[in-house]
Amino acid sequence: MAPKSSPPAASNVVHSLWKAYSDQTSDRMKFIDAFLVFLMLSGVAQFLYCVLVTDYPFNAFLAGFSSNVGQFVLTASLRSQVNPENKNEFKEVSPERAFADFALGSIVLHFFVYNFLG
Amino acid sequence: MPTAYPLPTNLSPATVANTASLIRIVALALISGAAIASRLFAVINFESIIHEFDPWFNYRATRVLASKGFYEFWNWFDPTAWYPLGRVVGGTLYPGLMATSGVIYNLLHAINLPVDIRNICVLLAPGFSALTAWATYMFTKEMKDASAGLLAAAFIGIVPGYISRSVAGSYDNEAIAIFLLMITFYCWIKALKQGSALFGTVAAVFYFYMVAAWGGYAFITNMIPLHALVLILMGRFSSRLYVAYSSWYAIGTLASMQVPFVGFQPVKTSEHMAALGVFGLLQIVAFAQLVRSHVSSHQFQKLLATGVISIGILGAMAFVLLTYKGWIAPWTGRFYSLWDTGYAKKYIPIIASVSEHQPTAWPSFFMDLQFLVFLFPAGVILCFRELRDEHLFVIIYAVVASYFAGVMVRLMLTLTPVVCVASAVALSTLLDTFVDPTEPEVVDDTRSESGASTISAPGTNGAAPSPTTPATTSKKAKKAAAAAAEHPTTLSDILASSSTKTAKPKGIYGLDTRIMVVLNTICMLAFFVSHCTWVTSSAYSSPSVVLASSNPDGSQHIIDDFREAYYWLRQNTPEDAVVMSWWDYGYQIAGMADRPTLVDNNTWNNTHIATVGKAMSSSEEVAYPILRKHDVSYILVIFGGLIGYSGDDINKFLWMVRIAQGVWPDEVQEPSFFTPQGEYKVDDNASPAMRNSLMYKMSYYRFVDLFGGAQAMDRVRQQQVPKVGPTLDYLDEAFTSENWIVRIYEVKKEDSLGRDLKSANAFAQGKKRKRSKPTTRRRAIL
Repeated sequence: MAPKSSPPAASNVVHSLWKAYSDQTSDRMKFIDAFLVFLMLSGVAQFLYCVLVTDYPFNAFLAGFSSNVGQFVLTASLRSQVNPENKNEFKEVSPERAFADFALGSIVLHFFVYNFLG
Repeated sequence: MPTAYPLPTNLSPATVANTASLIRIVALALISGAAIASRLFAVINFESIIHEFDPWFNYRATRVLASKGFYEFWNWFDPTAWYPLGRVVGGTLYPGLMATSGVIYNLLHAINLPVDIRNICVLLAPGFSALTAWATYMFTKEMKDASAGLLAAAFIGIVPGYISRSVAGSYDNEAIAIFLLMITFYCWIKALKQGSALFGTVAAVFYFYMVAAWGGYAFITNMIPLHALVLILMGRFSSRLYVAYSSWYAIGTLASMQVPFVGFQPVKTSEHMAALGVFGLLQIVAFAQLVRSHVSSHQFQKLLATGVISIGILGAMAFVLLTYKGWIAPWTGRFYSLWDTGYAKKYIPIIASVSEHQPTAWPSFFMDLQFLVFLFPAGVILCFRELRDEHLFVIIYAVVASYFAGVMVRLMLTLTPVVCVASAVALSTLLDTFVDPTEPEVVDDTRSESGASTISAPGTNGAAPSPTTPATTSKKAKKAAAAAAEHPTTLSDILASSSTKTAKPKGIYGLDTRIMVVLNTICMLAFFVSHCTWVTSSAYSSPSVVLASSNPDGSQHIIDDFREAYYWLRQNTPEDAVVMSWWDYGYQIAGMADRPTLVDNNTWNNTHIATVGKAMSSSEEVAYPILRKHDVSYILVIFGGLIGYSGDDINKFLWMVRIAQGVWPDEVQEPSFFTPQGEYKVDDNASPAMRNSLMYKMSYYRFVDLFGGAQAMDRVRQQQVPKVGPTLDYLDEAFTSENWIVRIYEVKKEDSLGRDLKSANAFAQGKKRKRSKPTTRRRAIL
């Protein structure tokens, strides 16, 4: 969401955001973020294919796209659960359990994805 | 600390905890037993039989599943339903119920218990009611504590509002759906509380089961997003909410699309768009939170806020555009009928014609919920006291479900669980206050202030021990008043201001007050139990396939006309003989008589139903070509005039007329079936259209002969039937059951000499043709 009023200020803000991000985030988080970005790009690609080319096997598109979206939110959930900043919010979810939840959620998700591919 | 009654002091906390948990388990087991037992009235009073209408289809489908296997069932095309169209059964039903019974059946047979599939179907609903009690216990435990949970479980176990849909033999989708509803909500609350993707996933799996089981899944689809949206709007967004909602939505939506009957609806219809919208909103809010954690510039936060709002508006506009373009289906009529109770009657009479889709009458609230109906608002107000995230859920659920229950009788079912939960919270708070032995201390002002401030802290803990008591009563009163007057969002301010005020130490003094209140409560509970038992045994346990009346000496007399007639059809007609009846009886004819039907309770094809309505409401000459075109061999009507069975076809007749009028407004007109005074009559004053209609003729054919010259009396409508009964030219009476409830007519074949049947009949009776007036020629329709 780029501001319209002051482009130099905006680029400044984005720059400082990027700097703050790379300084404050641990490597593990960055690794997760890289995966998130990949999932997002993959989802965008599928969506564009659906809009521009064809949505013919609609269930296949939905399966692929939902696998991206689902995996994205599960990974984002994992990210917020293992984020040390959120420690007092997730009192009952240890990082190990977060990963187990993530794995289980992904298995269930992909079970349905596989079933839906057709 | 002074106590009202002596407490044993030599017990270790571990002993107390162990005993409490043992008592809880025993209580839950007893509640399950009571829940199952109170649903067995139908089996004991009548027999192990499938009830009513829809269950007969479910039972038939389950038999196919059990005998032919899952793939056969999945690909089942039923050519006998909706003759001659047929029905793709596998793709047009919610398979959850049948799959559940099928799994139980195969499981029991795997361990060499050869149980009949019918008994599994009959007893499925009572069995699941025990599970519902357990799920409600778990859900309420999250709201307050285990004791409230036990009360809620006991309530839902025996409350008539739920029993009405889950007695033994009532083998319908709701039988398992309420359990799934409660367990899904429980998992959602648990996921939200812990921020656990595991519970989100489990909630999604149960949601999938719910989607597979009942069309009412849309209630969950909108309840959870509504809760999430309210949390966001109240500024209660947390990462826990993000985790819980995202994992539930992403997996649950994909899973729900696996059910063929639902198909792509979750991404294509308006009913499901709220969930999608909230999902998108949560992603944006979460992203904004993430960015904000890295940047603390005030200006940037403002920027984010505007960004979020503009994206929200854009999303809403995109939704409107997509709906306009037709990529997203707009709201369906069934949905509109929830907002405008007159809508269905105007535009979709077929929905309005179902009695359970009528608005709820006030007495039925009391009948179905008894004293819970008074406790329910108190419980909702108590939820405002703590107003944690899960309490908001109960409040929203209560408001939404109360509205829906007022609109449709049938939706009383979704209200019942929340009534039980809220009432249990209220009642257990009352009992907590009055059973608690702590005597309030007489203190001066300075001490009371400190007392009030310490009290507010343990108040957030669900199972807060005794010290809360003095404050709870005073707080309760204040907050009750506040909650009644104020909107939830501003309530938190009032809470804050009220807790700072100095509270006088209030509490319960002495033993007499406690005993009085507790005894009173026990009395109310006892009345509740006896009311539930009475309602269940007298109102909700009738199979409606078998009727009961009492003899003059008080003994029970069974009226078994339906099965008598259906078995007559099964034994005496060719297997491909098409039976026409009003759609209510379609499933029963298919299930019990095993004959093809024109229309049944699936009601997917309005025109086909209107065709039947037209045939029933027009004269013989007009109806005959319709009957012949649809290969109808037999017509079945339900007639209660002899023994006073009020649910008969003459009483439903106006709906047939209305539905037919919806499709053929020129040929069938509702007003012509009324007397000039606007009354619906079957006696001498009945309008010509009424007296010539096929339905009237079939119902009263030879009815007068039964009275041997005396004045024939219709006991349902309390009207005297004309002395000269109707005559039939195109139909032959084939069968009339013992009490005349079911009458079956055979459609005559065309006359072999090419005459129309009316003149052929007249000739056979030796009447001369009148030369002056040519007989009405049979006209072709359309």
